[in-house]
Amino acid sequence: MSNVEAHTVAYVRDTMIAQQSPPLAESGAIRWLRSNLFSGWLNSVLTVVSLLAIFLAVKAIAPWLLNAVWNAGSLAECRAILDGATGACFAVIRDRWHQLLFGFYPPQFYWRPVLALVLLFVAIAPVLFTGLPRKMLIFSALYPFIGYHLIWGGSAWFPVSVLLGFVAGVAAYVILRNLNGLVAIFGAIMAPFAWWFLAAGPFDAAMSAAIPLGLDFVRSDRIGGFLIALIVGVTAIALSLPVGIILALGRQSDMLFLKTICVVFIEFIRGVPLITLLFSASLLLNYFLPPGTTFDLILRVIIMVTLFASAYMAEVIRGGLAALPKGQYEAADALGLDYWKAQRLIIMPQALKISIPGIVNTFIGLFKDTTLLVFIAILEPLALANAIRADTNWNGIYWELFIFIGALFFIFCFGMSRYSMYLEQKLKTDHR
Amino acid sequence: MTKPVVEIPVDREIDTSQMKVTDEVAIQIANMNKWYGSFHVLRDINMTVKRGERIVICGPSGSGKSTLIRCINRLEEHQAGQIIVDGTELTGDLKNIDKVRSEVGMVFQHFNLFPHLTILENCTLAPIWVRKTPKREAEEIAMHFLQKVKIPEQAHKYPGQLSGGQQQRVAIARSLCMKPRIMLFDEPTSALDPEMIKEVLDTMIALAEEGMTMLCVTHEMGFAQAVANRVIFMDQGQIVEQNEPRAFFNNPQSERTKLFLSQILGH
Repeated sequence: MSNVEAHTVAYVRDTMIAQQSPPLAESGAIRWLRSNLFSGWLNSVLTVVSLLAIFLAVKAIAPWLLNAVWNAGSLAECRAILDGATGACFAVIRDRWHQLLFGFYPPQFYWRPVLALVLLFVAIAPVLFTGLPRKMLIFSALYPFIGYHLIWGGSAWFPVSVLLGFVAGVAAYVILRNLNGLVAIFGAIMAPFAWWFLAAGPFDAAMSAAIPLGLDFVRSDRIGGFLIALIVGVTAIALSLPVGIILALGRQSDMLFLKTICVVFIEFIRGVPLITLLFSASLLLNYFLPPGTTFDLILRVIIMVTLFASAYMAEVIRGGLAALPKGQYEAADALGLDYWKAQRLIIMPQALKISIPGIVNTFIGLFKDTTLLVFIAILEPLALANAIRADTNWNGIYWELFIFIGALFFIFCFGMSRYSMYLEQKLKTDHR
Repeated sequence: MTKPVVEIPVDREIDTSQMKVTDEVAIQIANMNKWYGSFHVLRDINMTVKRGERIVICGPSGSGKSTLIRCINRLEEHQAGQIIVDGTELTGDLKNIDKVRSEVGMVFQHFNLFPHLTILENCTLAPIWVRKTPKREAEEIAMHFLQKVKIPEQAHKYPGQLSGGQQQRVAIARSLCMKPRIMLFDEPTSALDPEMIKEVLDTMIALAEEGMTMLCVTHEMGFAQAVANRVIFMDQGQIVEQNEPRAFFNNPQSERTKLFLSQILGH
């Protein structure tokens, strides 16, 4: 065509060129190799060096893993079996896996946390995958009470009486809704507290006396290992997202006091190391609370970890809100949607979608931060690893325990990361 | 009729039989003033819009024309004077604002469709959540208006998959689904390629033919001549001149208007 243009100024194309397939060297494995591995001398060198590095790493680690001893009563026995060769001593995992997973939870009740974990997956499935029947969400809403009862046990009427508080709140809202919106919200907040403080105790006592129903009670200090990491992690993850959304909206609000409270809260929490908050949860709260209040340490830790994560969450979501064009708010306003409807239907779905990588990042960070509980004498996996190493049988072992703990955390964190990528892909609506 | 000053880029007859202006007042603006900080953007605006009127507002950029129509559904707040829309005065009262907004449709320069919802969901959202229309009925209404803007086949796509002109037509359909009594257009064709301007103008003309009360901020002078029954020229936050289109284009009175018209028509 350029020839044509060079000769004459006027040019009219009479036939359009049809699509053709690319030349052979530009497709298939050859092209892939050339463009991904050997696209220049620097890249070729890097490819070779990388292959060499992988080879050396595998060569160093492989014998240790392949020679691993799985059956032994102590580290000394392991060494005797290995007889000088390098090899891992995974016998310690075989010997102590139950402690690493459950802490000092009574062995005859191991089925309870396991069942709780299985039900957890059932409960979060409809939240994670919108294709599942929506009715399953009823089970998701009930799960916190079921999970609590399975793990701690005690009278079955206790979680029921707590649940009834929420029912009272919903009932108050429905009854008062026709009267006035604000009154209804006030009622919905006050009714549960009224129930919990006035009626829940007598109700629990009366029902337990009438129909004794429940599981054996397990004290909080018996719960440990990966179980505690999951309890704290999952609860804090589930709570930090809604709290974070409220904080982010509060920070954007026009109401000066609300905004100031949110900003001070977020900046304070972000400015303080988590370990400080955990120490204050374990020590200081006892000084501030009225004497005689028994406030479970695990509950206190969950509150602190949630507050910590929600401050980060608020900032992540604020980033998502800031990325939305102003036109989205205006279009929602112009259609007559009020503030909450606009937030729920237009703003939040988009802001949260933009923030997915940041949100999941915070979730993963939060989940791994539960290992910090080791410093306040909670028996999370690292604390138990230390305890196991203090045992004369296993004195001197460390890689195997940490690899096991690391693998457990990795499975959950990698799962979250994959899910977030799936979600991003699913919610992508711009160029399809 | 004298020769039109500018051609409107649509190739069809315009049916004026329904375009009747009644005596009923749709919008009443009295002594309205607005400031951005200390900058006086709108100065002493007085205007009355009758039901069925089609008004085109033009003027140089920064003249306050967009701000004016955004005040009518209170996307912008005015600080002095009165705006009464459909008998409801716009004040700080949120209930009144939501009431007015559900009766007044608005089309934006950048469409502002909701990218996370399909075309159909974009159109049914407000009827379902604001008007409490049952979903089935809302979808029927939405399909009716999508048919009207000639893109029913795109109903299940996402806004990102449509061309600019199609998106703007969806935006018009989305507003119409609320059955508004007044439509505001804020430079609806300014972000479009020339080939797409025509399809959007076509839709707007069809709307005018049905007797919709319309306020359009636009530089499409052909549209103004063909459809408007009043053209308002604004500069520096004030209404400088207003007249029926033929007189406005052929015989502008103010020097500022003459200069503006010579600049936009003089090529």
